[in-house]
Amino acid sequence: MKDHTATEQATDRAELVNAVGLHARPSVKLTQLAKTFACRVDIALSADGPWVDAKSPVKVMRVKAPRGAVLHVRTSGPGAGAAAEALMALVRGGFGDHTDQPADLSHG
Amino acid sequence: MANVGIVIVSHSPKIAEGAADMVRQMVGDSVNLAYTGGDPGGGLGTGVASIREAIDRAWSEAGVAILVDLGGAETNSEMAVEMLDEERRDRVVVCNAPIVEGAVMAATEASGGSSLETVRRTAEELSPQ
Repeated sequence: MKDHTATEQATDRAELVNAVGLHARPSVKLTQLAKTFACRVDIALSADGPWVDAKSPVKVMRVKAPRGAVLHVRTSGPGAGAAAEALMALVRGGFGDHTDQPADLSHG
Repeated sequence: MANVGIVIVSHSPKIAEGAADMVRQMVGDSVNLAYTGGDPGGGLGTGVASIREAIDRAWSEAGVAILVDLGGAETNSEMAVEMLDEERRDRVVVCNAPIVEGAVMAATEASGGSSLETVRRTAEELSPQ
């Protein structure tokens, strides 16, 4: 007997609203958040991909998306819905950045 | 399980400190971090003893990944690792990666609870293939 229980999946997208877009510090935050979920987490700049493993610091750092770009997320596995929601909340919240201010130590 | 710790070894104390600042500001406080660089006279250099002390400061049961710049930084780090107790020696690696980017990437990987081997692989992803 095969178990046909569907794998939990989610997709969502959000515009990069922070000043620098997906650059060094935001990339690190996104990777760190993705790693807190057990499910697979991929991101892309287009719904057609190419999709990048959001848990890979090096791959996420190479995405380099500017402010105004739309970041797509695709998750699969346990907690997929919560993971997509959390990642998009991070993007919509501007990664906790405050516009053009220098690094904010309190956000680590 | 504890996160892998990071050690930064540069000939220049300013580079070592600056790279460590970047790790702290970008990655946060969830990984142990230590840096060392320069000789006692204020010049450029690295020393086995000070690298050993840095490994002790950054020590984690999950291991320690060392990021180095050039030549002596690497060979002195390898010597420092060899001088560790057998029980610790296998849990310290010198990464073949650019020092600043490697330290930030390794620390990011470590902050997610990844193994020492995964941390090393992430840092080394940056090197030319």
